[in-house]
Amino acid sequence: MTNSESTIEKVNRNLARRYRAEKRFRLYGILSILFGLTCLVVLFTDIITKGYKGFVSTEIYLTVDLNSEDLGIVDPEAENAFMQADFEGAIKRALYARMDVSDRRAKRALNALISSGASYSVRDQVKQNPSLLDTTQGFWLLADDDVDTWYKSLDTKAPFLGRLSEQQLAWLNTLVESDELRTAWNTTFFTSGDSREPEMAGILGAALGSLFTVMVTLVLSFPIGVAAAVYLEEYAPKNRWTDLIEVNINNLAAVPSIIFGLLGLAIFINFFEMPRSIPLVGGLVLTLMTLPTIIISSRAAIKAVPPSIREAALGLGASKMQMVLHHVLPLAMPGMLTGAIIGMAQALGETAPLLMIGMVAFVVDVPGGVMDAATALPVQIFLWADSPERAFVEKTSAAIMVLLGFLFLMNALAVWLRRRLERRW
Amino acid sequence: MQPITLISTLAALAVFAFVIGRGRAMLQSQAVGGARSLASLPFYYGMLTALWCALPALLVLGVWQLFDARLIEWMVIAKLPAASQALPADELGLLLNTVSNIAQGHLPVESQPAEMVAAAESLKNIQHTNRLAVTGVVLSLGILGLMFGWSRVAPQLRARQKVESAFSWVLLACSCLAILTTVGIVFSVLFESLQFFRSVSPVEFLFGTQWSPQMAMRADQVGSSGAFGSVPLFAGTMLISFIAMCVAVPVGLMAAIYLAEYAHKKVRSVVKPLLEVLAGIPTVVYGFFAALTVAPLVRDIGQSLGFATSSESALAAGLVMGVMIIPFVSSLADDVISAVPQSLRDGSLGLGATQSETIKQVVLPAALPGVVGGILLAVSRAIGETMIVVMAAGLAAKLTANPLESVTTVTVQIVTLLVGDQEFDSPKTLAAFALGLMLFVTTLALNFVALYVVRKYREQYD
Repeated sequence: MTNSESTIEKVNRNLARRYRAEKRFRLYGILSILFGLTCLVVLFTDIITKGYKGFVSTEIYLTVDLNSEDLGIVDPEAENAFMQADFEGAIKRALYARMDVSDRRAKRALNALISSGASYSVRDQVKQNPSLLDTTQGFWLLADDDVDTWYKSLDTKAPFLGRLSEQQLAWLNTLVESDELRTAWNTTFFTSGDSREPEMAGILGAALGSLFTVMVTLVLSFPIGVAAAVYLEEYAPKNRWTDLIEVNINNLAAVPSIIFGLLGLAIFINFFEMPRSIPLVGGLVLTLMTLPTIIISSRAAIKAVPPSIREAALGLGASKMQMVLHHVLPLAMPGMLTGAIIGMAQALGETAPLLMIGMVAFVVDVPGGVMDAATALPVQIFLWADSPERAFVEKTSAAIMVLLGFLFLMNALAVWLRRRLERRW
Repeated sequence: MQPITLISTLAALAVFAFVIGRGRAMLQSQAVGGARSLASLPFYYGMLTALWCALPALLVLGVWQLFDARLIEWMVIAKLPAASQALPADELGLLLNTVSNIAQGHLPVESQPAEMVAAAESLKNIQHTNRLAVTGVVLSLGILGLMFGWSRVAPQLRARQKVESAFSWVLLACSCLAILTTVGIVFSVLFESLQFFRSVSPVEFLFGTQWSPQMAMRADQVGSSGAFGSVPLFAGTMLISFIAMCVAVPVGLMAAIYLAEYAHKKVRSVVKPLLEVLAGIPTVVYGFFAALTVAPLVRDIGQSLGFATSSESALAAGLVMGVMIIPFVSSLADDVISAVPQSLRDGSLGLGATQSETIKQVVLPAALPGVVGGILLAVSRAIGETMIVVMAAGLAAKLTANPLESVTTVTVQIVTLLVGDQEFDSPKTLAAFALGLMLFVTTLALNFVALYVVRKYREQYD
């Protein structure tokens, strides 16, 4: 041994450094995971803190004199009696009386505190209960969106950046002191369609639009996807043609969704001249988009059915179709269903292709079917996010929470189905 | 009849066909010794009759629906005076619109010129005849098919074989839908792009560095020449995708390594699905988050450090997109890392290497092709991603490498060009299809390479 340093010494000399490197490497891994999880937490907290107040709305208490003569109601039994009645005027008079103003500019500033939708709710209440006529009733009226943002910013101590004048703020402060301002559960948000006024905007229209779109998608893509998967797994000969189909499906799964929007625009809208903005076209486009996902997951589910089942069925004299329909499909169904649910969740959250086929239109009416103009929930979020009104920020976040809620439910259902029906051979 | 009622009638007819076909088979079998002497089960005779009833009728209905609108339009045009027939296509379209509005009663008849009213009248007539004709033809086809199928029912008919071959044809048709979709994408996008390239040269589109797709409404309008150089858009897309990959690749890869090599099974089973939640969040939510939270943050930090930062920066969009892509990278990398055989690790560990040395020098090189494939797929995701960039990246087509500036991307431009009212023969709208074609080709090429690499790699350890 002429060498002064043995291998052991060489190794030992470097050992501490190597252990440090090992620790560092591990740390990078942990940091990466923490980074991912932090992003998730930050995203959710951001949305929730911005949006939880979207579920409540601010209301102002006002005693309104429902004198039928002032309202212009001659005969309460008449069909259109309440449609033409001047509830707005009554509310305005009540407001002026409450704040004791007479100057025209002040009146206008005062009117701006109450939402233009308030008179409808008073009208509906009186219509329901005509005995209220000719009495003086107290109502909680929907406040304007600026009042809403101001009132909600009070307890967070966040600076208020709205458009309220000194005088309006003074009025509001007197209302707060006398407890005539409150927040209440925002039913409008869940029961009405879109609106230019943030305090009156709701998600029902968009949610139904999404529902119809996803229903069309499900009805078309599930049977077609399963049929395609059955063909490829059970029937297809191994040749170039089926290879082509297979490569194609894998590629389609990775084509950007906006391309499917372009396809829908060119084929369904320009060529077949279907109307724009309807859930039917949206559903067709999303069908094409989700088909690859459903086919791939259905194929995996069919592949997981052991060959012995098939052989047993064939051995007992079943034909191929009987084997598929009576044995393979029922056993593969849980897997296919989870795949379909995940595909539907994907379709539910998709926005870009729907933009292309015109589902970005401003639609106030709640759609009643697949042929009515509609928007979808994610598109509604996109529209509101673009809106300059500050109050739409919390509406957007609230709508996002609803959308995420639906997605969460669908994914939970998929997981539950998988756990429940999973079978091991 | 409306198509929906027609289809339901046909369905009812098919059910009836099933019942009588099955019944006839049963009846005939009695003469020759009961249901056992039939060539197939009675169910198949019913099925076959139902198929004969429904399939041809449905096919004809489908083809009819594809072409009747065009045919009616053509017949109405033939009824119009020669002067209107000679109008350019878009004005003719407008005219036809008016005609159909009159026919539906949306426009008062009195205020319209006589020939328009006449055209509307004939449109109404043709539509009425068309509806009658389609109902008649489809229903009689259904009944004829039913009768034919019914008449063929005989004990020696091999009904099951026929039903099963029809079944397998239907299955084949369903799986061909994928090919049809691709063909549809290629043709629709290619066709409109070719129209675009008739007015803008492909060289200018591919290599031009000016993008301002404003076309003149009038010939004498100022500053509306329209420039269609797509280089700034692709540069912007690349910049944002690069930033996204700078976030997603290291984080995703390290997360995958940790989860596959170090993490306890329980930790893994909790953390992996949690990370995958990031991939399941709709992109519009990320867009909202990027535009309202990250972009102002980036701007404030940039400005406090003394950089000129625009409120819509490539950095904000790229960062958020990177977060979205983390799970794609990590899941794919996790798959390939787990596929590396344990014997390789054992060999390395047995020689005295630490775990991280094993990973860096043995596992990762072995998994490299798969990881690269996964990253390529993630890049194609980033290039095609729309909502985040639409909401957070901006519209200014600038050639810049500064991530603090606002840039625009291919998908943003497609959306801005196509959302809203537009006519379909101006280069401005057609440009969106040309961009779509480029996007499709790029992502397709990336996917092909990625799938090829992943597949080829996977076979090595099988």
